[in-house]
Amino acid sequence: MTAAAYNFAYLDEQTKRMIRRAILKAIAIPGYQVPFASREMPMPYGWGTGGVQVTASILGRDDVLKVIDQGSDDTTNAVSIRKFFQKTAGVATTTATAEATVIQTRHRIPETPLQAGQVLVYQVPIPEPLRFLEPRETETRKMHALAEYGLMHVKLYEDIARHGHIATTYAYPVMVAGRYLMDPSPTPKFDNPKMHRSAALQLFGAGREKRIYAVPPHTEVVSLDFEDHPFEVNRFEQPCALCGAEGVYLDEVVLDDRGGRMFVCSDTDHCETRQAAGHRGTMASPIAAGEGGRRAD
Amino acid sequence: MPTDEAPLLMARGVTKLYGHRIGCQDVTFDLHAGEVLAVVGESGSGKSTLLSVLSTRAEPSAGRIEYRMRDGVARDLFRLNEAERRLLLRTDWGFVHQDPREGLRMGISAGGNVGERLMAVGERHYGRIRETAIDWLGRVEIDESRIDDTPRAYSGGMRQRLQIARNLVTAPRLVFMDEPTGGLDVSVQARLLDLLRGLVADLGLAAIVVTHDLAVARLLSHRIMVMRHGRVIETGLTDQVLDDPREPYTQLLVASVLT
Amino acid sequence: MYVAVKGGERAIDNAHRLLAHERRGDPAIAEIAPEQIAGQLTLAVDRVMAEGSLYDPEIAAIAIKQARGDLIEAIFLVRAYRTTLPRFGCSQPVDTGAMQVVRRVSATYKDLPGGQVLGPTFDYTHRLIDFDLAGTTTPAAPAEAAAPLDPAPHVTALLDGEGLIESNPDRAAEPGDLTREPLAFPAGRDLRLQALARGDEGFLLALGYSTQRGYGRTHAFAGEIRIGDVEVEVFAEELGFAVPLGRLRVTECEMVNQFKGSATVPPQFTRGYGLTFGQLERKAMSMALVDRALRAEDLGEETGSPAQDQEFVLSHVDNVQATGFVEHLKLPHYVDFQAELGLVRQMRREQAAAQTEADGRAEADKPAEADDLAATAATLDREAAE
Ligand SMILES: Nc1ncnc2c1ncn2[C@@H]1O[C@H](COP(=O)(O)OP(=O)(O)OP(=O)(O)O)[C@@H](O)[C@H]1O
Ligand SMILES: [Mg+2]
Repeated sequence: MTAAAYNFAYLDEQTKRMIRRAILKAIAIPGYQVPFASREMPMPYGWGTGGVQVTASILGRDDVLKVIDQGSDDTTNAVSIRKFFQKTAGVATTTATAEATVIQTRHRIPETPLQAGQVLVYQVPIPEPLRFLEPRETETRKMHALAEYGLMHVKLYEDIARHGHIATTYAYPVMVAGRYLMDPSPTPKFDNPKMHRSAALQLFGAGREKRIYAVPPHTEVVSLDFEDHPFEVNRFEQPCALCGAEGVYLDEVVLDDRGGRMFVCSDTDHCETRQAAGHRGTMASPIAAGEGGRRAD
Repeated sequence: MPTDEAPLLMARGVTKLYGHRIGCQDVTFDLHAGEVLAVVGESGSGKSTLLSVLSTRAEPSAGRIEYRMRDGVARDLFRLNEAERRLLLRTDWGFVHQDPREGLRMGISAGGNVGERLMAVGERHYGRIRETAIDWLGRVEIDESRIDDTPRAYSGGMRQRLQIARNLVTAPRLVFMDEPTGGLDVSVQARLLDLLRGLVADLGLAAIVVTHDLAVARLLSHRIMVMRHGRVIETGLTDQVLDDPREPYTQLLVASVLT
Repeated sequence: MYVAVKGGERAIDNAHRLLAHERRGDPAIAEIAPEQIAGQLTLAVDRVMAEGSLYDPEIAAIAIKQARGDLIEAIFLVRAYRTTLPRFGCSQPVDTGAMQVVRRVSATYKDLPGGQVLGPTFDYTHRLIDFDLAGTTTPAAPAEAAAPLDPAPHVTALLDGEGLIESNPDRAAEPGDLTREPLAFPAGRDLRLQALARGDEGFLLALGYSTQRGYGRTHAFAGEIRIGDVEVEVFAEELGFAVPLGRLRVTECEMVNQFKGSATVPPQFTRGYGLTFGQLERKAMSMALVDRALRAEDLGEETGSPAQDQEFVLSHVDNVQATGFVEHLKLPHYVDFQAELGLVRQMRREQAAAQTEADGRAEADKPAEADDLAATAATLDREAAE
């Protein structure tokens, strides 16, 4: 079967309408998980089928799409999903955060602040923040309905009692608009503050678990904490070794088996843009500037 | 210690049937703030059934139960919505199970167990939660150094005391207890009873204590209700009923303890 | 100097090229044709159709070829294809009582109307490798019955006639479809049966087996297993009657289970039901066991075993979901791992520092060992600097 045999962005219009209805409901009730009839996609569950369905449902012909995984446009799954939409929707794609109208992501929020009119689509494996405290769906739905979230704090209390810290470093639970407890998807907690009052629309799709939820623009997103153990983001002790950026999330790259390592921007577009503008880290090549720029896929 | 205030809990004609079998039938009584009521009777007489209906853990087949909320308004318990009911259960009420494993989170530290209700009602200061937990562990005679252990590492008596602390930390006005000293050995029982009596008196708690042990009833309760075949057959001040039982069945009960 | 890895796209393309090459195998050996798979590996095709939820032997055969014989991968391919197909409506229930049986056995009666028909079964074969199959074979023509088989009424219908087994509920409205509506708990029996019919054979087999070993025992008797072809009909609104669409091969298993009853309700046996596309006896039997186990709560029985827990069973029975999520662990997770690494390093530093401080206090009177401490502290500082 060829790509031409499929509808624009793969899903049929009826399915898209059903998903858009779920998205609208999700936007109307920020942080609430809306069940939807997730379709079986031509990529495996757990590999972004929720995000792909959300993206497919909102994508128009004029959209410019960016897909990242671990902050990078070049990781294999990001490449694969971008290719899928190039093939089925033929939309323009970009690696530049500022140029994209729709950004599908797994595990990161771009460093460049998002703008009004942009949509960030998250791929979500387990949408239920209470799942590992209470495995039963019937019970967790009741807990959300009654805003019974004490148990989540018990978990944080246990972390501090045991480790001296809140030991959750990613998928760090947040309260949305003061009402619903929400899993931000497995982004590092470093990215949590970026969700707070973001100008962009944030949509979350969990395909296997058949849930969609949303954070509308300018919505309060507060990371859970204690007054005397306030929420803190992950810190890095050195700037990016390639572009010298500080206050960004870094990947550790192991250079050899004798403890040699370096830290570089996880957001590759951010890093390349900075390098193109002449910023240099301690391990950057002096001539890489020209080719470090954007690729047009 | 009845007062002229309106009762805290009012039960009228409370009945619970299991198919054709009677769990409890036509039970009527008032419980006032600060009053401890013991429910006694032989095995199968309907004590636990009554307790589970009173605490809204089971629905009655007939009858009505009203509870005076903190705002002074008496509400029909079975007309409360789920949110109100659950709030009541975790703030204004306590429930002490015979088996502490049912009333504790066994995988969570003692501090977390005691702190859970505080966090559930919005306490967000780790230091204060911990201080309160330490204070309560002290009150139930558990050493502060055990605060980060889970109940799995506790003895039976310690677990029961931890369960009591976990229930009392939000200063409830009413506590239900089903055989709180059952399953413990005699010396441990005596210490726990002593402790319970002190706490109930200090905090001015109302309590409904189910027990088949008349010694427990005598030590803890102001009033006593004797059940048989699901019905209340005798009720009165504890000392009066135990020292001078009217009903032949109660006389038998009392006698069998004395011999 | 360091240059970040690039070229994910080319790597993917090359990987797929290699995959196609490996799939073809030795070019000196004839390529396998889907017709061969559909005609000779029929039970694999049946499984892919059943769990792929699509009755199309040709598509299933191609999927098996494309998946290099990995049946879960083939099921996945069929599912993804199925999603793109329009849904025309819901057929009439198939009449398995009118089935043209190729196999029909009952464990509850020695003989019964319609007889015991062994059909094409592995049962009673001795499991010895048949080395003749290494070459080409010409099996003898099948033996044929002298006269057409008698009609075979359902065993459960015989019991029902006497009131000995619970009656099937009257056909309600159109059954639910979990591929169209998200599953909500508690799920009705229609949706449970759909989930089981699409569910993983291995998972159902293990769950069914667990009920036999006491984890949610149902005291099952295989009332009947029948395999054969049934007519599929769809009600045509404009004609006012049902029209046939074609025939399907299906396997049906009806378990007769422990009775229920009380002082007022006379005891009756209860039912467990399994139905699959194709010839999948193991799957149909497992499904019937699990269906019955999942009814425990409705029948007021003791619950608590895995096979009786519908949230557990229905959430984990789908192998396409399961394989996706298990296998997604191989996707990069280095961003989250970095966050965990940072925390573990930090906590280790803090703990070591606290230890050093405690030791320091204790060692104050024993200056001899202070050197060790200084060495430890130096190591820690170095680590902290990184
Ligand atoms: N879930 C149930 N289903 C059916 N019958 C029940 C159930 N629970 C209790 N009963 C019956 O109700 C009656 C009262 O039982 P209940 O457990 O209230 O007695 P009890 O006074 O607490 O006894 P014990 O001192 O042994 O705990 C008994 O006849 C019992 O068999
Ligand atoms: Mg009892």
